[in-house]
This record gives sequence, structure tokens and C-alpha cells, in this order.
Amino acid sequence: MRWTKELIPIAGAIVLALGIGAIVTALTGYSVPAVFKQLVIGAFGDWYQLAQTLTQATPILFTSLSFLIAFRAGLFNIGAEGQLYLGAFFSAWAGFSLRLPPVLHTVVCLLFGAVAGAIWGFIPGWLRAKRGANEFVTTMMLSYVAIYLTSWLVAPGGPYHGTQWANQTVRIATSAQFPRFIRGAQLSWGIVVGVLIAFIVWYLLFRTPRGYELRAVGQNPLAAEYGGINVARNLILALVLAGALAGLGGAAETLGTHRRFIENFSPGYGWDGIAGGLIARAHPLGAILAAVLMGALRAGGQAVDRAGVAPADLASVIQGLVIFFVVAPELIRYLRRLRRGKLGDTEP
Amino acid sequence: MEGIVKRFPGVLANAGIDFSLSWGEVHGLLGENGAGKTVLMSILYGLYQPDQGRIFVRGKETRIRSPHVAIQLGIGMVHQHFMLVPRLTVLENMAVGWEPRLGPLLDRRAMREKIEALVEEYGLEVDPDAKVEELSVGEQQRVEILKALYRGAEVLILDEPTAVLVEQEVEALFSTIRTLKEQGKAVVFITHKLHEALEICDRITVLRKGKNVGTLSASEATEEGLAEMMVGREVVFTVSPEPVKSEGRVLLSVEDLSARDDRGVPVVRGVSLQVYDHEILGIAGVQGNGQKELVEAIAGLRRPTSGRVKVGEHDVTGRSPHTLASRGLVHIPEDRHLRGLILTFSVEENAVLGRHREPRFALGPWAQRRSAIRAHAQELVRRFSVSVPGLSAPARTLSGGNQQRLILARELSRAPQVVLAVQPTRGLDVGGMEFVWEQFLKARKEGAGILLVSMDLDEVMMLADRIAVMYQGEIVAVLRRGEATKRELGLLMLRGKGAVD
Repeated sequence: MRWTKELIPIAGAIVLALGIGAIVTALTGYSVPAVFKQLVIGAFGDWYQLAQTLTQATPILFTSLSFLIAFRAGLFNIGAEGQLYLGAFFSAWAGFSLRLPPVLHTVVCLLFGAVAGAIWGFIPGWLRAKRGANEFVTTMMLSYVAIYLTSWLVAPGGPYHGTQWANQTVRIATSAQFPRFIRGAQLSWGIVVGVLIAFIVWYLLFRTPRGYELRAVGQNPLAAEYGGINVARNLILALVLAGALAGLGGAAETLGTHRRFIENFSPGYGWDGIAGGLIARAHPLGAILAAVLMGALRAGGQAVDRAGVAPADLASVIQGLVIFFVVAPELIRYLRRLRRGKLGDTEP
Repeated sequence: MEGIVKRFPGVLANAGIDFSLSWGEVHGLLGENGAGKTVLMSILYGLYQPDQGRIFVRGKETRIRSPHVAIQLGIGMVHQHFMLVPRLTVLENMAVGWEPRLGPLLDRRAMREKIEALVEEYGLEVDPDAKVEELSVGEQQRVEILKALYRGAEVLILDEPTAVLVEQEVEALFSTIRTLKEQGKAVVFITHKLHEALEICDRITVLRKGKNVGTLSASEATEEGLAEMMVGREVVFTVSPEPVKSEGRVLLSVEDLSARDDRGVPVVRGVSLQVYDHEILGIAGVQGNGQKELVEAIAGLRRPTSGRVKVGEHDVTGRSPHTLASRGLVHIPEDRHLRGLILTFSVEENAVLGRHREPRFALGPWAQRRSAIRAHAQELVRRFSVSVPGLSAPARTLSGGNQQRLILARELSRAPQVVLAVQPTRGLDVGGMEFVWEQFLKARKEGAGILLVSMDLDEVMMLADRIAVMYQGEIVAVLRRGEATKRELGLLMLRGKGAVD
């Protein structure tokens, strides 16, 4: 099977990274067994901890899909963080402003999130396709605009400053909320929607003419043009979809995890999506596993910090090592392909 | 080189080859595509490591671990697909990896002097400040040769260098090769054009299916003998178009068309031409006289600055390739890798490139008809004898000849009215060329009009019913088959109208 061929080196890279993480832990004077025990317990120790892992995995799944769909079209969406914030805010707005029956209310909130993110993807997409502006720069810059814009909306004096004690909106209506699985844990239906969307993205990319065109543009824009494919339109579409996916991730956070919009709620899920998308080898179903890995690292890292066996910084180092080791080969392969693609492939 | 063996997954590329090269010698390496010529030389150049076998350089056994080592040993290679950075200038390309330094800075002056001396010595004319992406293929080749010499190559490997050149450029290349030889350098000349091998080489080695079938001196070799060694049977060298009668319908009409190249220079200047039914119109010309831009402007890949393009009765000026295809115009592009195929896509995905939205293969934009696509790919592969590892294999894994077959299959199976073809046999072996020619003649017999752009004058003269000569962006002459000799055409290509006197 092809995917086992992909999985084995990834597993190897994780083991290697954890090994180096252990050395770093020992050198900095902390207890290796204690730290690793907390990492595992924090991620998979019991149902509650597993729920923690999956809760963190949910937004990362969406942002990974966001990154990889743009990547498939040859684009870098670095702005998932901002798209996530906009999606979270506007779904919250729909959640506390509209009065709708249950299920329908949730769907409308998701749509609000997706459209908000999509608009934030359309702008850099249009700039790239029509004006040649590098999407790497524009998506990142617009990301900050979105983050600060939503911060202002819920800041004291802002129009949606909902509670006295924190910069956040009021709670969304019960009819809009995602049901949760375990009492006391934030894990919600968001993860189920995420997995469903991953399958939809897979179908879109590999089973539809649209996905065919998107990938053709990413692999060889000149051949795509020759094949009658409108390159500019597909570049825009790719970033619109990328924005929508990140926006949905934000909506899932609002509807399931926080049930309101909170300033600075994301600890960098948008950035995690870049690593997640690369770990997944830009495959939508691989993104499910990648997101769980990233979620586990986050949940485990929090446990290490909470248990006081080592500072949170050390957990971050271990997380960073794992991501680096898993992503590096793919990144190198990508850069090499980029170089070879330009010079003509000479393999026999 | 002794007993060189190299395996790739599923292929034994070199099955124990002995090969020797002496100083002051031009050694021809002949063989069909896939015979292992390029692989053998890539091993000598350090790109691949042999699975078995030994290499001796200047009598000493040597391991050539990388091209870097090869270059230090004085071995240079010019690949069939050039290894140049399109965005950089000629000068910068030559310097990459071998920059003469002035402290921390690039010593541009020293480089320029050295390069100009080389240009002078070997007659390799090229503008050191031009960007590579703006150069013609012939000029890029000269840059590659210069680059190798600049790095001190004593042994120069040329991988099918003439595949992209016209008669006169070939002459210039040959005189460069002769200069190298006089200086005692050694040249390996990979080709499958027999008369060229006989003309320039001292010795010729023929490879077939990864084995050395024989090395002989050029003086004792004949074209027929070499061809038999290459393919293991007798081969036909030419196809002869049977006379077919045109009904005089204009299928493609180009009126006063002008276009600019990527730099914005007007390189197509008021071209008018007609292609009739049952006809092949050949366009002969030295590379870089606007043929590429002309075809792109017709094919909807470049916006014309003025003029009209009509397919039958329909004005299609500036329309997309999609619209053109629906009017019955297909395009066999010059660069298989850059335009014709998506190398990372599978054979079946490539088989529907450009047709992927047709109702036959798609239910609207949101669903593909996978079985129809697969059946279509299967049919193309069978009808056009494309040899593929599997329909799901990436197009990258096909040999050059089979890649071209796949493109021809895809385009000609659309039963086109008009076929635009640019250099369709570039880099193909004898069998591959024959196949392409036969397919064109078949399409012609069935009534299509074909616009054939080729730098290979033999090809144009053999196939075309009429030959238009393009010079500096204009059509300077249109001749019927048999009206002009190769020499006259060559002069027209080089000097334009003034040559007729």
C-alpha cells in the first residue's frame, strides 16, 4: 500500500525527534521519564485527556486542509490564522444575533464562518491572479488585519464587547451550539464535521474536474493553460476555498469549544495548519492523522507544564522537534521538485 | 568504462557496457531511445552511481561521486534538457557554483573576459548579458557548451545536441567540435542521426537495450549497417507522402498577424498564411525567427497585437485553447514537459488534459466519469501503441518517445480539422519519428490541414506539401514541394528575401 510507505518514515521521524527531545530534556536537567510520562498521559491518558487532544486537533484539521488545498494549486496560504479569527467572529455573530431553529442555526453559523474566511482568501487570490502580488505576503499581512480587527470588535468600547471581565462576545444561542461528547470536556461535533470536510476536500481534489484543474495549475501552470484551463480563476478559487476552510475551523471553535468569540483564542492554530498540511503530505485524509498528532503534542505539552515536571518551553521544544523532523523531508522534496521542475525533469 | 551495470526500478538501463574514449577523438554514441546512452554518460558525469563496473580516468580507477567531481576531473556534459536558470543572465548562469571572487564579491569583469575569450576561440556566439529565458534553444545550447568549457572541461559529453538545431547551426556546432578535437580534447556525441555521426565522429559505439553492440571506426561504417545495429532489423528512413487531392477548402487562415515575444519585442510581423484541407504546410526557419510566437498566437497562448486567425469560417483571434479545440484545432506543443504533459499526473489524467470537462468525461464540474476516462486512456494507449507501466503511473515514468505518442494520441484522437505541430519529432528515435510522421500523413489523408513547424529541414522537405520560410518574423517565401533545394531553403532561412538572386 502506498500510504504505509508514507507512514513508516513519518513514524521513524517522530521516534527520532522524541529521542533528541529526550536528550535535550536530560541536558537541561529535567527528568526524562517524568516529562515523557506527562506527555503521554496528557495526550492519551484517559477519556478526558483524549478529548483534550481531539479538541485541539479540530481547528488544526481545518487549517491543515486550508493550507494543503492552496498548496495543491501551487500557492502558500500563510494567513489561515486571520481567516480562522474572522470565521470564529462572524459565526459567533450569527450565533447570538439570529434566532433560528437548532440544526439550521448551526449550519447558518458555519456558513457565516466559511464566507468570512472565503472573502479573506478572495482578496489575496484576486491580487495574485490579476496583479501578481505574492500571496505569501498578502495572506500573512491580511491575517494581522483580521486578528486586530476582531480584537477591536470585542475590546472595551468596541461594538461587541459582551462581558465585563474579558474581551469577548456574549454567549451564542443554544440552538447554534455543537453538542459535546463528554461532560466537562470541550470536545464537540466540530471534530466530526472536520473529518467529514476532509473527505469532501479529498473528493473535490481527486474526483472532480474542478480538483483536476486546481492540481493541474499547481503542478504545471503552462500545461494547464495549454489544456484550456483558466489559471487565474483557479488561483482565486484555491485561496477562496483555503479561506473558507480556515473560516470553518474558526466557526467550529466558536460553536463547539468556546461558544462565544474570545479575543486571542487561538494559540496559533493557523500556523499549526502549515505544519499539519506538510506532515499530511498535502493529502486531505492524511490531514486527519496530522491534526491528531499536532493536537496530542499540544495537549501533552500542557500536561507537562501543569504537572510542573518541566516548564512549558521544554514541551514546546519537543513539539518543535517533532514537527521539524516530520516536515523537513517533504519540504526538501518540494524545494527540489520546484528547482527540477523549472529546469526540466531528466530522470529516465 | 568497464562492465557498467545500472538498474532502475523495473529497467536494466546498462547491462554491462564497456566504453573507451581517447584524447583528440570525437566518439559517437548511437542507439534508440532507452538504449542506455544517456544513463551511461550520466554515470561518467557522476549523476548516477553504477551498480557494477569500473571507471578509469587517465588510466587511474576513479569513483565519480558527483558532477562536481566530474568537473574537477575535466568532464563536462551538455544535457538534452538544459540545466540553466531561466531568470539569470548567461554570465550568471555560467558562474553558478564557480564564481571567481573579488573578496566577497563576484568578479564580473574577470568572468566576462574569460567568457569572451572562449566565445572568440570556439565561435560560440551569444550575448553574455541576455537572460536565458529569452534565448532560443540553439543559443541556450551554446551557453551550456560555454559553461562546460569555462569550468575547464577536457572531455565534453553532448547529449543529442543537434536535435534542436537547424542545418547552419549544426555546421557551426560541428566546427566548434572540430576545434575542440584539434586541441586534443575528447568529445562524446550522443545522437540517433546516423549521417551526423558519420560526418563528425572518429569512432562510433552502438548501444542496444543497455548493451554495447559494437564499436567501429567511422570510416568503415555505413548508415544502413549502423541502423541495423541500432534496432536489430532493417529500417525505413523516410516516409513518402502519397499524393492526395485537396478540395481547396481553407481550414486555417492567418491574416496579417503580429505578436511580441516575452520581452515585448515584435517578433511576428504581419504573417499571412492559409492551410488547406488534405495539406501539410511546413514552416522552415532558423530557431528564434518568430515561429514559436506565431504558433502560440494562433494557439491562443499568446495575445496577438494585430491581425486575425480563423478556423474555417470562425474568427478565433485571441480565444482560449479550449474554444480553439472546440472549433477543431489541436496543438502538439514544442515542449512536451512544459506544455504538453503534466509529468506528475497519471497517464489517464494526462489522456484527458483539455477534454476533462467534456460531458463524456465529467458530470458537470463536481464529478468525473472515472471509468470513461480510464477506458479512453486504455483506448489511446492501445491504438497508438504507447508503452506505459500502467494507466495510473505518472507521465514522468514514460520515455520521451512514449510521452510524445501519448500527446499525439490525445490530440489526434479528437479528429481535428487543423493540427498545429512544433518540432514534433525533437529528441525521438528512428521508430518514434516514423510513428509521428505516419500519424501526420494519416491525418492529412483523412482531410486535416497541418501546420508543421520544424527546425529539421529534412523533415519539412519530406512531409510538407508547401513550405513557408520564416525569417525575422515574416514569411519570405512559400514554395511547393520539389520547387526548392535544401541549399536554397537554407539561404532563404539565413538571409530572407535577399537570398533569391
